[in-house]
Amino acid sequence: MTEVLTPVDAAVRLRAEQVRLGYGDRVVVDGLDLDVVAGTVTAVIGPNGCGKSTLLRALGRLLRPDSGQVLLDGRRIDRMATREVATILGVLPQAPSAPEGLTVADLVARGRHPHQAWYRQWSSDDEDAVHQALEWTGILDLAERPVDELSGGQRQRAWISMALAQGTDLLLLDEPTTFLDLAHQVDVLELVRRLHSEAGRTVVMVLHDLNLAARYADRLVAMRDGRIVAAGPPHEVITEELLLEVFGLDARVIPDPVAGTPLVVPVGARPVG
Amino acid sequence: MAVLTKAGPAGSRVPGRPALRRGRFSVVWRPRTVLVLALAALALFAGLVVNIGRGDFPISIGEVVAVLLGGGDRGQRFIVLDLRLPQSLTGALVGGALAVSGAITQAVARNPLASPDIIGITMGASATAVFVIVVGGGFGAVGGLLSSAGLPIAALVGGLLTAAVIYGLSWRKGIQGFRLVLVGIGINAMLLAVVQWLLVVAELYEAARATVWLTGSLNARGWEHVVPVALALVVLVPAALVLAHALGALQFGDDTARGLGMRVDRARTWLLVVAVGLAAVATASAGPIAFVALVAPQIAQRLVGAARPPIAASLLVGAALTVLADVVARTALPAPLPVGIVTAVIGAPYLLYLLARHGREART
Repeated sequence: MTEVLTPVDAAVRLRAEQVRLGYGDRVVVDGLDLDVVAGTVTAVIGPNGCGKSTLLRALGRLLRPDSGQVLLDGRRIDRMATREVATILGVLPQAPSAPEGLTVADLVARGRHPHQAWYRQWSSDDEDAVHQALEWTGILDLAERPVDELSGGQRQRAWISMALAQGTDLLLLDEPTTFLDLAHQVDVLELVRRLHSEAGRTVVMVLHDLNLAARYADRLVAMRDGRIVAAGPPHEVITEELLLEVFGLDARVIPDPVAGTPLVVPVGARPVG
Repeated sequence: MAVLTKAGPAGSRVPGRPALRRGRFSVVWRPRTVLVLALAALALFAGLVVNIGRGDFPISIGEVVAVLLGGGDRGQRFIVLDLRLPQSLTGALVGGALAVSGAITQAVARNPLASPDIIGITMGASATAVFVIVVGGGFGAVGGLLSSAGLPIAALVGGLLTAAVIYGLSWRKGIQGFRLVLVGIGINAMLLAVVQWLLVVAELYEAARATVWLTGSLNARGWEHVVPVALALVVLVPAALVLAHALGALQFGDDTARGLGMRVDRARTWLLVVAVGLAAVATASAGPIAFVALVAPQIAQRLVGAARPPIAASLLVGAALTVLADVVARTALPAPLPVGIVTAVIGAPYLLYLLARHGREART
């Protein structure tokens, strides 16, 4: 029902222990355990309404569990100072919105907020971090453009730059590929992969596309009805039985001809033959 | 990680964000904002001098400046310093206070319609102030004292209570700008009914006094009107400038702001307390001068080219706008008009424009 807990060690950055999450009287997630290990890219998958985003919000301290607890580096996250959490863990909500007319540079510079005060709004550390974040995501030449004039893919790069400039080594991304066409989805996920391989970030993201999740994550967490059905490397999680159980989907799983990761080929509601 | 934490290259300038640093202090150097501040200050000073010079006993601009610098004859000094300067200064301070208040509420709600005069905060201050005028006036000498000393306090209490009610009714796991505006407009209508009821039941003299006050007037304002607004500005504007740093993060919505390490509800509460304090004190001094809080921050935002209403520029633009409106109010017709009528004539078309634009956005 829940995944087997690994022993407590320094490698576990984020841990959810028996968390119950919900909005008002509606319980969305109940009795869930999860460990996020340092240096991994974890993708949370599952059908709509299964509690993926709710779980991510709790991990990022945007939602307080009704019971159970979330530990960040072994400490209860709800007892840490908001600003301290923001220097360790960055959150990118689903489809974030920027005010009209805000430039890319000003957006990315907002990522420095936890490091700033009213009298220290643009230190040389801030400038270096923002410059590097813009350069790293390849949008330095867009710095003075308003965010609302960018294409969807460019805009997502700008938001990821903001999270990078925040300088946290843990990143939580809620559906970073929503509203993007396939080419831009791949583009953003390549960027996420580089966040991990080149910048050493630990990433947890919610993804809809199973094939992309299998290709770009080290570890998949499959959820259904507010609980974790399976967790582990993609080839262990993406199986024909699991797809039927979690998504109610009749599908074949074959190796991805490019990456060798599992590839889901739906059969459809009425398979012929 | 190594890639991102190494010291930046020598040319690590971020386009569009040159720095101004001295010791621990650092800000982004924005020449356009500085230019707007200088021009608005100039317009404010020019407006003050012209406004002081106009009247039944015209005084030339040169003589006004001379008096302000300590010269002039006794008659001129009396007219300028005791009669006209307090009125113009009240206008400038009240306009500045309303504009900063509007800048904060518009930024917090992320909606240009969410200014204290649209969402009922100034109406709340007005309702309690009119209550004090009407009831206080009926109790003779004690009431008279109550209605002069108690007016600012009554307006402040009314403004804060109204803001608390609006905030409480529109809070649903965070603040949605449009919801706040709609709730505010509803509250505004209810309070307007209360004000009208008070005017109907009031004695004729008090009703007339309250009506003039409700239009927003700078006529016959003396130093006793300048001092409370000046004190409020001295305390609240620096507070607003410090808190403005939080406004930058609040622009992105609650989740993003929390992710950036903001204690969202606490920051928003303090910002609104400052905004309501400014609006209420301004309203107590000069009545609810219409539309300054709505229009001035939007003008300032467009002038400096920012993504949200700027505090300092709004202060000076609001002050200049109100003083210039007072020049028109005092000289356009043979008899002086309340300044609130002039600001309403300027502001109402702008409100229509905003509503039309919002309607279009809502449909697309």
